[in-house]
Amino acid sequence: MKGYNFAYLDEQTKRMIRRALLKAVAIPGHQVPFGSREMPLPYGWGTGGIQVTASILGADDVLKVIDQGADDTTNAVSIRRFFARTAGVRTTTATAEATVIQTRHRIPEKTLREDQIIVYQVPQPEPLWRLEPSRVETTRMHGLADYGLMHVKLYEDIARYGQISIAYDYPVMVNERYLMSPSPIPAFDNPKMDMMPALQLFGAGREKRIYAIPPWTRVRSLDFDDHPFRAINAAHPCGLCGATDAFLDEVVTDDRGGRLFVCSDTDHCAERRAAGHVGADGLREAAE
Amino acid sequence: MIGALTPGFAEPVGGAQSCFRQVLDAMARPGRVYTVGAVAAPAPLSDAAAAVVLTLMDHETPLWLDPEAEAARGWIAFHTGAPITGDPAKSMFALALTHYAMTIWHRLPFGTDEAPQTSATVILHVASLTTGRAFVLEGPGLRSPATLTVDGLPGDFAAVWQRNHALYPCGIDLILCAGNQLAALPRSVAVREG
Ligand SMILES: [Zn+2]
Repeated sequence: MKGYNFAYLDEQTKRMIRRALLKAVAIPGHQVPFGSREMPLPYGWGTGGIQVTASILGADDVLKVIDQGADDTTNAVSIRRFFARTAGVRTTTATAEATVIQTRHRIPEKTLREDQIIVYQVPQPEPLWRLEPSRVETTRMHGLADYGLMHVKLYEDIARYGQISIAYDYPVMVNERYLMSPSPIPAFDNPKMDMMPALQLFGAGREKRIYAIPPWTRVRSLDFDDHPFRAINAAHPCGLCGATDAFLDEVVTDDRGGRLFVCSDTDHCAERRAAGHVGADGLREAAE
Repeated sequence: MIGALTPGFAEPVGGAQSCFRQVLDAMARPGRVYTVGAVAAPAPLSDAAAAVVLTLMDHETPLWLDPEAEAARGWIAFHTGAPITGDPAKSMFALALTHYAMTIWHRLPFGTDEAPQTSATVILHVASLTTGRAFVLEGPGLRSPATLTVDGLPGDFAAVWQRNHALYPCGIDLILCAGNQLAALPRSVAVREG
């Protein structure tokens, strides 16, 4: 910890980010520019999320970091160690024990509480970027709440594929005002954002944007009356814990084409197994 | 002169972090009352207002200071470096001791459609956040309408606020301070008399 500021960032930078966070909370879904700093981790590692976490974290916080639902990837472990070292905070893998959860690409299956904050790492904060490359133009569209371009894209999807073909980063309307990127979470997770009891903060380091969703705020996945949004998932139960309502990853188990569908949220799966739930593959394993 | 100044947070890094989390929670849950930790506030600032000043202000945040709070000018300048401006239109924060000072409200920046975050944040002293008139709040952060009880707001506050809220996503954000307590009203919240 010697030679570091608490949570790495200097106080001046934290104040700047904190002011941006307060504005972001006051204008749900609106991207607030901020003076993103260089972090001792590469951009792909969630420097935006790390700066947000560093600006809110206190000595009493308990931090959980997940990457694609897992606590044990290199990315998640590195970020957890970074804050354990620079802020001396306690860390955990248990969703229920955490006060701050930093995430890349998932929302935990367990319903988050009012006393928790979830921080999303965001690679591309602009939901319109594939449709309109000019930042000046998309800023104008957000100013006017002119989201016709996105509706046209979704409608074309339906015309071409019979459905909206967005599996990740499915655009949402926040508080019926701002079109927002939920970050590359699976569309399966979108409904968890709606009226979530926890405060949701989003940090994009390379793009230098912060945005937020206060607790109990309407978050609506874009859709059409005749093509309502549906959270899609694999039509299997988890092979290890038998869960039928969790987001699953397909895992190749051997070189003979063996496959297993398991919970992407590793803490959720472990907790269910500890409580005695067993999936079909868990039973097979036990029998062998 | 500096010898006469009271200190800021006893522990600057932890003090600012814990106050920020109170303000962040307050902004995320409009009308809920939070208590800030101890700070040696200079007269005539409340502890809550002084803590918010220390937490959010620095040389990048022009401040409009209520002339009645002139006695705190040296303390604010010394601890934060915030440039104090007489022109509300150039301020990022406004610190008002009573609602009389809020005659400058209409001269503060409200933000623009493309950059609504450039509006001012007002820190306003009120007499109490536990007794007084009841206001009903509705909006993001509130699962169902909530009640905020405040003593010391102008008689036409609900109307003034509705005009502010109608500018959404532009508009001013308000932090109310009484003693060591604070509550926030982000522009996103609708307010009516309870
Ligand atoms: Zn499972």
